[in-house]
Amino acid sequence: MVAAWVVVVVSLAYLGLLFGIAHHGDKRAAAGRSLISSGVVYALSLAVYATSWTYYGSVGRAATRGMEFLTIYLGPACAMACSAVVLQKIIRVSKRYRITSLSDFAAARYGNSRVLGGLVALVAVVGTVPYIALQLKAVSSTFRLVSGGEVSAAGVPPYADTALYVALVLALFSILFGTGHLDATERHEGMVAAIAFESVVKLVAFLAAGLYVTFGLFGGFGDLFDRAAASPALADATDIGEYGNWFWLIVLSAFAVLLLPRQFQIGVVENVDERHVRTAAWLFPLYLLVINIFVLPIALAGVLLLGPTVSPDTYVLALQQSSALALLVFIGGLSAATGMVIVETIALSTMVSNSLVVPLLLRRAEVAARGDLGRLVLRIRRVTILVVLLLGFGFFRISGDALGLVDMGLVSFAAVAQFAPALLGGLWWKGATRNGALAGLVAGIALWAYTLLLPELAKSGWVPGSVVRDGPFGIALLRPQELFGLTGAGAVGNGVFWSLLVNVVLFVGVSLAGRQTPAEAGHAALFVDIDRRTPGPGTRFYRGSVPVARLRDLLARFVGAEAAAALVTEHATRRGAPLPDDAQADPELVRQVETALTGAVGPAAARALVASVADEEPLGMAEVIELVGEAQHLRELDRLKDEFIATVTHELRTPLTSIRAFTEILRDNPDLPAAERARYLEIMATETERLTRMVNQVLDLARLESGNAEWRVTDVALGPLIDEAATATAQLFTDGRVALDVDVPAGTTVVEADRDGVVQVLLNLLSNAVKVSPPAGGRVRITLRTDDRVARIDVADDGPGVPATERELIFDRFRQGGAGGTGGTGLGLAISRRIVEQFGGTLEVSDCGGNGRGATFSVGLPVSAKSAHAGAKRR
Amino acid sequence: MRAKLIAVTTLAAACFTYPLLSLFDRPFLVLGVPLVWAYLFVVWALLVVAVGVLSRQGR
Repeated sequence: MVAAWVVVVVSLAYLGLLFGIAHHGDKRAAAGRSLISSGVVYALSLAVYATSWTYYGSVGRAATRGMEFLTIYLGPACAMACSAVVLQKIIRVSKRYRITSLSDFAAARYGNSRVLGGLVALVAVVGTVPYIALQLKAVSSTFRLVSGGEVSAAGVPPYADTALYVALVLALFSILFGTGHLDATERHEGMVAAIAFESVVKLVAFLAAGLYVTFGLFGGFGDLFDRAAASPALADATDIGEYGNWFWLIVLSAFAVLLLPRQFQIGVVENVDERHVRTAAWLFPLYLLVINIFVLPIALAGVLLLGPTVSPDTYVLALQQSSALALLVFIGGLSAATGMVIVETIALSTMVSNSLVVPLLLRRAEVAARGDLGRLVLRIRRVTILVVLLLGFGFFRISGDALGLVDMGLVSFAAVAQFAPALLGGLWWKGATRNGALAGLVAGIALWAYTLLLPELAKSGWVPGSVVRDGPFGIALLRPQELFGLTGAGAVGNGVFWSLLVNVVLFVGVSLAGRQTPAEAGHAALFVDIDRRTPGPGTRFYRGSVPVARLRDLLARFVGAEAAAALVTEHATRRGAPLPDDAQADPELVRQVETALTGAVGPAAARALVASVADEEPLGMAEVIELVGEAQHLRELDRLKDEFIATVTHELRTPLTSIRAFTEILRDNPDLPAAERARYLEIMATETERLTRMVNQVLDLARLESGNAEWRVTDVALGPLIDEAATATAQLFTDGRVALDVDVPAGTTVVEADRDGVVQVLLNLLSNAVKVSPPAGGRVRITLRTDDRVARIDVADDGPGVPATERELIFDRFRQGGAGGTGGTGLGLAISRRIVEQFGGTLEVSDCGGNGRGATFSVGLPVSAKSAHAGAKRR
Repeated sequence: MRAKLIAVTTLAAACFTYPLLSLFDRPFLVLGVPLVWAYLFVVWALLVVAVGVLSRQGR
């Protein structure tokens, strides 16, 4: 095949290229010209999903078990198709609350639970190390194959194993480009650029291999399938297997594409722009489709040409006869393996440091007292990367050839699928509690270990095979792969079904049986209602007091003094007042510092850190609900305000347009006849008045609606008020040649109201009445009638009246009665009704005594005890 | 748009699994390729196209 030194040189050159791309990507990011800000790059980087398992393992699986390999891509295709619903919500929540790993997500959702975060991190590590081992194994065995050696690693000392050096180079890469700095977003643009590049390489290499096999070794698809059909190979390779197994594998992989640590890292943490999800929703499934087209043909070719003596997992490579193509295929496989390892180790390092190590370290006084904790956190992450990679290498060396590419990968998938109820369920169900999530996860993982991990370990000989074959102590009902006698779902389907079933049942059951703490309830609402909520108030469920300086110093220990000072200064600027060091930090500042810390060390540790400097106590349930509710209420008000502003601006535009039109006419026609000019100016004056009136009324209305109007409620005698209003509008009536009858009985009717408010309402009703009266000869009547409880002022006109259908509508804002067109603002009645309502009264309209002509506006006000009813009797 | 995406996803999931899948799980070659293989890839391609169109509309 290819000389070993050539393979080494080419591999090193390829890895060097990766370093170069990542370095370039980081430089571009620092310069503010992102290399990865596109939906296509996002979709390509998501294709880190396709590992050596896809690259080599799928063919092996197809050759031995038929079509089953395809389920691993059908699930993600479905999950990504509705990513606008699921993935987008995860991204939104994570960005809003600066969540940078799966374990932080779990902790933050359930009231910053340290236990839950730690457990998720632990499961992720245990579930992922064997998966990393797989990738190293693939690199190791294909290296020996392409350079003409034995596939098996047996007999190769660990220090001579290529996988060790690949692991070390990858550790270096992850450390350089994954833990270079500690910041609030934890994004690594250079790394993402390299991963997207790797996705292109593995796709091109695999397609090249597929095309060569199908059209080079055979005469195309038809020829290949025809020849396969002549042997049992085709029937075997297109076998669906058990439908139960098929179904559960699709479910499993749909969860995995969202919840694998590397997918969360790329899909959520490294996401630059939420809109990229829309491109990925179809492009990522398309990528998976294309990379899978040649799997079956290659598998068939392998069975026909190579037979079972060659390991089916290496068919892709073993079928290549030209050394150049073999080298390309090897590099493609290397890119599939390295991409996975890089992202996975970075994701795990964040989880381990945020959810396991830092919370423990902070308990120790001497650590918490150290100055620069940011560097400590970075060091923890770097060590984690190295340890995880060496663990993976060790696992691969110890388990040896027993490790099947796909089998072990599926076991990893099933481990992270246990996160699904708590994380995805908790994203839509507010009632989910921390205890429910814990119970479900613990039980699910226990069943996972028994039904899925145990049989894998038995393959390696670490557990006696009889336990799997006959059940522990020979109890057949407890056989791990056919638990309680379940058959028809396949070994993996059996494990996935039982573990997820018990997980979900406990998650829901314990949640329903228990009670949420106030903090839990608050966090639940923050996550579930993410779309109905503006950032800002209502995201902290503790109250406490801490001086600004202490808070700033705390932050400085993680993100540096400069960044911490900048955050405080920015907050002070927004507040509009300087913040002296010894001032008490307001809740908003505390929240911001906690969020910034969350980005650096995760929510559980951030919570503990802030609590350690601020004397805090959790808020009670009622207060949390109020906080959460308050935020929603504010948002509702915002919406109403937007609507109102839209209407107001529309109404203001009408007079403005006409004023502008006439102004332009006057400007452009200097020799207009004087009479015409006067007429135009008159219109402009009227319109300007109308504008002024409208602005005043909008202000009135705004004051009324916000409850800020100032009323001086006193005992007011209505009789004199009516006289006053009549006098004030006398000129209007004279001008319009409308008669006004005032009918006020003797005696005093007293109501509790604001004097000016009532006058304003009466003036408005009277001037409306003049406007609608027939020109010349109209008659308006204002009467006061009082019974024991209500004083009623009727203003009746003999205008066109208000049709019954419009009697409520005319009190809406900007609604004018009938064919009025009287130059009103449309706000008067709305304002009047609101004023009257302020004093416990009513404002209604009816027709005039049922004769269908005219309209009567009736103001009803509750009568004060001080009234003398003489007038009522006189009637 | 979200409702349409969910509908398309559900339909695709139904096509990918039993019992619809069993209708195409037959040992035939259609136009020279295995029926079930062609069926799964065609449904998959249709899913990609549908999601692509819907994502574009939602812009």
